[in-house]
Amino acid sequence: MNRFKALFAAALLAAAPLAAFAEGIDGGPKQTTNWSAISMFIAFVFLTLGITYWAARRTKSAAQFYSAGGGITGVQNGVAISGDYMSAASFLGISGLVYMSGYDGLIYSVGFLVGWPVVTFLIAEPLRNLGKYTFADVASFRLGQTETRILAACGSLVVVAFYLIAQMVGAGKLIQILFGLDYWMAVVIVGVLMIVYVTFGGMLATTWVQIIKAVLLLSGASFMALAVLWHFNFSLESLFATAVQVSPKHAAIMEPGTLVADPVSAISLGMALIFGTAGLPHILMRFFTVSNAKAARKSVLVATGLIGYFYILTFIIGFGAICLVSTNPAFLDPALVATKGTLAAIKGGSNMAAIHLASAVGGNLFLGFISAVAFATILAVVSGLALAGASAISHDLFATVIRKGKVDEIAEMRVSKVATVCLGVLAIVLGIAFENQNVAFMVGLAFCIAASCNFPVLLLSIYWRGLTTRGALIGGLLGLSSAVIMVVLSPAVWVVTLGNPKGSAPFPYDNPALFSMTIAFVGIWLFSVLDKSRRGTIDRNGFDAQFVRCQTGIGASSAASH
Amino acid sequence: MAALGYEAIQRNPKYQQLVRQRSVFGWTLTAVTLFIYFGFILLIGYAPKFLGIPIGNSVMTLGLPIGLFVIVSAFVLVWIYVARANASYDSLTRAIVEESR
Repeated sequence: MNRFKALFAAALLAAAPLAAFAEGIDGGPKQTTNWSAISMFIAFVFLTLGITYWAARRTKSAAQFYSAGGGITGVQNGVAISGDYMSAASFLGISGLVYMSGYDGLIYSVGFLVGWPVVTFLIAEPLRNLGKYTFADVASFRLGQTETRILAACGSLVVVAFYLIAQMVGAGKLIQILFGLDYWMAVVIVGVLMIVYVTFGGMLATTWVQIIKAVLLLSGASFMALAVLWHFNFSLESLFATAVQVSPKHAAIMEPGTLVADPVSAISLGMALIFGTAGLPHILMRFFTVSNAKAARKSVLVATGLIGYFYILTFIIGFGAICLVSTNPAFLDPALVATKGTLAAIKGGSNMAAIHLASAVGGNLFLGFISAVAFATILAVVSGLALAGASAISHDLFATVIRKGKVDEIAEMRVSKVATVCLGVLAIVLGIAFENQNVAFMVGLAFCIAASCNFPVLLLSIYWRGLTTRGALIGGLLGLSSAVIMVVLSPAVWVVTLGNPKGSAPFPYDNPALFSMTIAFVGIWLFSVLDKSRRGTIDRNGFDAQFVRCQTGIGASSAASH
Repeated sequence: MAALGYEAIQRNPKYQQLVRQRSVFGWTLTAVTLFIYFGFILLIGYAPKFLGIPIGNSVMTLGLPIGLFVIVSAFVLVWIYVARANASYDSLTRAIVEESR
């Protein structure tokens, strides 16, 4: 049973495509209770609860709840964005991927990073100039409020739901291995802390949880990478040479392997990663926390730098693990060494590569630190997700769609807090319900939906005069549903999750973004062009005024509205 | 809110200059980003062995500097955009806002 738990942990933590590696992962009993990790984690929890208490006293208005009153500086926001974005999947999953297959890991890192320039050039400043709390503010700026908000809220909530479930299940599995806690306890702890941070501290607390987590994660990862380089006298050549010698795949780890099977899959995956980043509601929401377009730009610059630096570190960490973990019997499951080889025999599966490396280079105390950081990482990401989901419910659905904007701030905030609690409880319930399901496809699906629904609607609402409410609604829903349907029919879900025979999947690619994005863009274009309604004319006529504000920020919602 | 309507701002040559510059620059950099990234992806898809060519006598392969280049280029492109926006767009925007009062 424990072997299965470990296997799932490994699979779930990773983003969808990483799941392919689950089959190569095995072994590792639940660890004995790790007290140094637990005490460091408790210290983190107390620190963040203190911050939440401080933030709660400053969070009295809707603007403060959703966007910290716009009072976050560009640099702070950049660090928070990186904290929001660098999930446990990217830390443990990608370093584990590098550990298992070397160069292939870099392909993912690059994909996760390259979305950021696109966000900078096309999205960040318009978002800040046009929006207030959610990206639906921007998409519905000149379009029919009700339809566009419902669409954007659906897009946001579906993305948040899949991302959240994947994080919760991953958290439970990971914490089980790291801390020796029961799965359900871990899920409940994550869910409850997330609810507390968001309901009491709103965006301000969430931001600081993400900043602290980013600093801890980057320091921990820097230390590990440095320790690895130190071990090899700062000679990359010697690091890579040792890895090539030690790895059963030898020189193959220095070039692209089997991960990217064919060019269509590669391009489709790349599109999901790039454009999905520009459509993730919890990331987009962060741009409303700064006071102006200039600060928004600075945020992305800082975030891109930190995230890029982080992925370079994970590459070194992965190779370090090949050299220092797979050669040390203490980290290997002796039962598996003979059958699977030293790499795959790693205790707890390949996602544990970074964790074992922490122990190898920094001893038990540093192992505890990195374990606590991994837990904190999950907390920071789920808090951002919960806040984005709650805002979609309270700001988009409740305040605008149901109450038509006639609602006072206090009621809206109350709804968002209730929504946060509901989302948190739901996340806990689903997290426990999905314990033994393979949900590894969910992060990939979240990115794919973000790229196929949120991103096209957002981009075209900012830049295309011809966009109409009807076009956005139909095209957006087409993108959303085609993404979901194609993922369900793909090998990752059809075969791996639903247990149908291998090769029977009706849709051949694990990531359908290339197709679902095309459907979304063509759908939006076609139904906008064909739209002869009066609403359509209003939508097109509204473009000029919107574009002036988009470019100049004149009339943009002021920073600290009280 | 500005005293003048958006039509007046649209007629302002500085606004037209800002829109033209920013659009051209933003979309060009986007194209460069996508070109670099999908170039890398196509290389992986069609010529994985090329990325596996060793550099001289080293175990390191061409794939490493190329991958590193893609990562660093993402940051450099963002930096170029931000530097130019800070140097030129902000002052233009300020002037437009002033003139619209």
